[in-house]
Amino acid sequence: MTGHLLELKGITQKYGRGERRFTAVENVNLAIDEGEFVALIGPSGCGKSTLLRIVTGLNQPVEGQVLYRGELLDGVNPHATIVFQTFALFPWLTVQQNVEVALKARGMPPNLRTVRSIDLLDMVGLDGFETAFPRELSGGMRQKVGFARAMAVEPELLCLDEAFSALDVLSAESLRGELLELWTGGAIPTKAILMVTHNIEEAVLMADRVVVMDKQPGRVIADQKIPLAHPRQRKSPEFLDVLDRVYALLAGQTQPEHIELGTAPGEAGRTRALPDISVGELAGLLEFLDETPNDRIDVYRLEQELNLGATEVLQLTEAAELLGFATIAKGDITLTPLGETFAEARILARKEIFATRIRRLPMFRWVLAMLDAADKAQLDRDVLRLALELEFSPEDAARQVDLAIDWGRYAELLAYDDNTETLYRETAETVAG
Amino acid sequence: MLNLFSGIFKTQQPAQRTFGWADGIVLALVVVVIYAGVRLAIDTPAEIEGPSISLAPEVLPYYAVRSVGRMAAAYVLSLGFALVYGRVAAYHHWAEQVLMPLLDVLQSVPILSFLPVVLLSLSAVLPQGVAAEVASIVLIFTSQVWNLVFVWYQSLTTIPGELNEAATTFRFSTWMRFRTLELPFAAIGLLWNSMMSWAGGWFFLMAAEIFTVGEKDFRLLGLGAYLQEAANQEDYRAIGMGIAALVLVIVLLDQLVWRPLLAWADRFKLEMTESDNPPTSWFYDVLRAAHITNWLDGRVRQPLMRGLDALLVRTPQTSVTRNGTNGRQRRPWFAYLVLAAVGLGLVYGVAQTGQMLAEVPAAQWSNIATGVAATLLRVMIALVIALAWTIPVGVLIGTNPRIAAVLQPVVQITASIPATALFPVLLLVVLQLPAGLNIAAVVLMLMGTQWYLLFNIIAGATAIPQELKFTSTLLRLNRWERWRTLLLPALFPYIITGAITASGGAWNASIVAEYFQLGGKTHQVTGVGALIADATAEGDFHLLLAATLSMILTVVLINRLFWRRLYRRAEEQYRME
Repeated sequence: MTGHLLELKGITQKYGRGERRFTAVENVNLAIDEGEFVALIGPSGCGKSTLLRIVTGLNQPVEGQVLYRGELLDGVNPHATIVFQTFALFPWLTVQQNVEVALKARGMPPNLRTVRSIDLLDMVGLDGFETAFPRELSGGMRQKVGFARAMAVEPELLCLDEAFSALDVLSAESLRGELLELWTGGAIPTKAILMVTHNIEEAVLMADRVVVMDKQPGRVIADQKIPLAHPRQRKSPEFLDVLDRVYALLAGQTQPEHIELGTAPGEAGRTRALPDISVGELAGLLEFLDETPNDRIDVYRLEQELNLGATEVLQLTEAAELLGFATIAKGDITLTPLGETFAEARILARKEIFATRIRRLPMFRWVLAMLDAADKAQLDRDVLRLALELEFSPEDAARQVDLAIDWGRYAELLAYDDNTETLYRETAETVAG
Repeated sequence: MLNLFSGIFKTQQPAQRTFGWADGIVLALVVVVIYAGVRLAIDTPAEIEGPSISLAPEVLPYYAVRSVGRMAAAYVLSLGFALVYGRVAAYHHWAEQVLMPLLDVLQSVPILSFLPVVLLSLSAVLPQGVAAEVASIVLIFTSQVWNLVFVWYQSLTTIPGELNEAATTFRFSTWMRFRTLELPFAAIGLLWNSMMSWAGGWFFLMAAEIFTVGEKDFRLLGLGAYLQEAANQEDYRAIGMGIAALVLVIVLLDQLVWRPLLAWADRFKLEMTESDNPPTSWFYDVLRAAHITNWLDGRVRQPLMRGLDALLVRTPQTSVTRNGTNGRQRRPWFAYLVLAAVGLGLVYGVAQTGQMLAEVPAAQWSNIATGVAATLLRVMIALVIALAWTIPVGVLIGTNPRIAAVLQPVVQITASIPATALFPVLLLVVLQLPAGLNIAAVVLMLMGTQWYLLFNIIAGATAIPQELKFTSTLLRLNRWERWRTLLLPALFPYIITGAITASGGAWNASIVAEYFQLGGKTHQVTGVGALIADATAEGDFHLLLAATLSMILTVVLINRLFWRRLYRRAEEQYRME
């Protein structure tokens, strides 16, 4: 018998049916001990949130076991609770009623739960707002209600699902500080915290351990201890060093080309999805890099500099690297000579470079081959989408086709008729016309 | 106030494939139920005497109370039915597959065709007076219930995922989920649809209070019967009084019930922002200021709710798996049993129905075909006329808050006056004209259904983003270009949604529009509605069955093959979200 608070053994989760069935997470093993604050990070679609829902018993995995204190979890985990990204407050209940409702569900008598909920609201600094409705509060205050409600049931395992990402910068920062204070000070009976976030800095700032996931299928690729004492200083060299290391885990290891680029759909091996970016954004990134000293910058600084979310930055850097416009090493992104050329070129030259580069991508080679093989070099959008659904979720497949169309149009490799939803091979005539 | 509309009229149509196995089962089910009713009807006694309806003005308050009571009973029944039906459909995948198409078909069963089924089967088991009363309530129920089911089902399936998950992680019991999450979330939609349901009930009030089936006369004391009797005797003073009483009742209900409820329900908005002009009600303000209401709230309502909570808080949890894993959803074993039993019953019933239909002579069938065609033509004309005026007026109201402030209340009151009550007056005018009856039929369909269109178009026009309006001004688009590039595409989904409801309503209204009694004489035009009404009056159950089934089939086919396709296209191409 192990002493873990929570243990996931070989968790696999799949959605959909038949040919459209796709794997959200595959064979995930993870253990959380008492006293641990674990952060789960990774690109969107890697199954972080799915995992959180499995841990709390909201979803049942198709394979694998969830053990809580060594016992098999069946149904909703009574010792866990979630703080949601969108707060999930009931808009028609007052602040106090929102907290009380959690106690009411446990069958606590009215007078007791009133006292308790007022105490909790005091603790998070909302005294005086008991009779307010959520819509009268700022985002930060709403999330405080979310925390108070979660604390009300005295959970052993507190799960945060992007709990700070819908808040403005200052509110998020102060709420993080307050949570850390309650947690490290032992003011709450919580035994462990599991936080899902796409904000890597937040993960390094708060957690004792960062678990890195990757997608297609969702799986754990790294488990990194954060050996820093609280309170942590964002600007300290130690902090930045750890941050760089975590970014390096995420933003890409240098691998041989066939692994780097993946394989085409239908071939053996992992199909590399097109990163979810628009060409305009990519051009913006390259132009920005071109203007930074030494054409190089820490990846984590891009978020601030470009005013983008972490997911977008990851997708953009992935695209830049995939197309050979930049290299990523040790948490730094550096423009390649090719990227430099692209950034300084004019529109037609850019299109040419872009076309040359995307033709090497197996996904794109496949799209073009399909088009060439098709009658009159025309192809229904749905043909591509359905073919891709063998390897991607329906949404992802549709998105991949959109991306292929978007990129291909920019590169003038193909044309697309929105009304008939048909792809064409772009030829000299159609360009002239 | 206006922007509320966009929320309520957004997605009335469930997104379904055009025709599936479930539709077949469902059609068969409806066929069999109607057949069973008709069978029962044939066995009832041949002659029944009804009560006499007084036309004296002093009976009006009493009659009004009787009618409102009937409507209220039917409404309570509708709400209860909707809550159960919608919840089962929303949370059980296997039930959803049958229940939703079934609803679609039931919606298009003409109200009067329910009549013999309901009335005569009831009078076989209940005393005649009670049977008539219950039958009337059931008939009103069939004109009120469907949109309530739809809106409740729709609310349940669109509860935001995280609110659902919060309810599950905090281990809400079924009762708590219902009271804390589901009902508040659906409240505003349910309220607006309740108002629409009442309007629908008033429209069919006359039909629901006077039934004469062959020699069997079931009449009930009420406003509808009063108006009908007044029209029969061509007593225009009584008609005027009756209409005045009806309008008064409607206005009173609006001011004392619906407005206060709307003002109160504003708290159930999901938006996290304060609305700029929430609905207001003077009566609600009075109630809130009154001590007696506070006293009642503290002494009666709150203890009652606490008691209910204590009693029901431990009900088992509902597992809401809509967006969850459902890796494999197993049908419960009894579902198979039920399915098998239903299947056997269906096969037998369909065979019996077929036999009965086979006895309908060929001449009748050709009558029915002509009737369906004639009614279809009338429905289309009514729809075109309605579109022609509602689009410009709707845009005017929807894009211009100043005009809206003036016209909105007028439109709402006008819309709530049932066209059927005004019909005798209308006939007086129209019958003088050549083809007067045909005009009258179209006008009645129009009056009954144009409001759905108008309200939808207002909602659509309100939802057009201000930026787009500015852009089209800045681009100096002329009037025609503005309509073509901005207004019509933006309105398209709303027009379609409105037109689906309106055309469904028009088919249903055909029964009262194509056949009517005035001054002791029966007037009718060629149409399937007239055939159904006539068959009911004559007690010709074979014809009734054949005509009803033909009408249902036509309406369902038109919906599936025409409207639903248009709707899907509208959703995909023109939705502004």
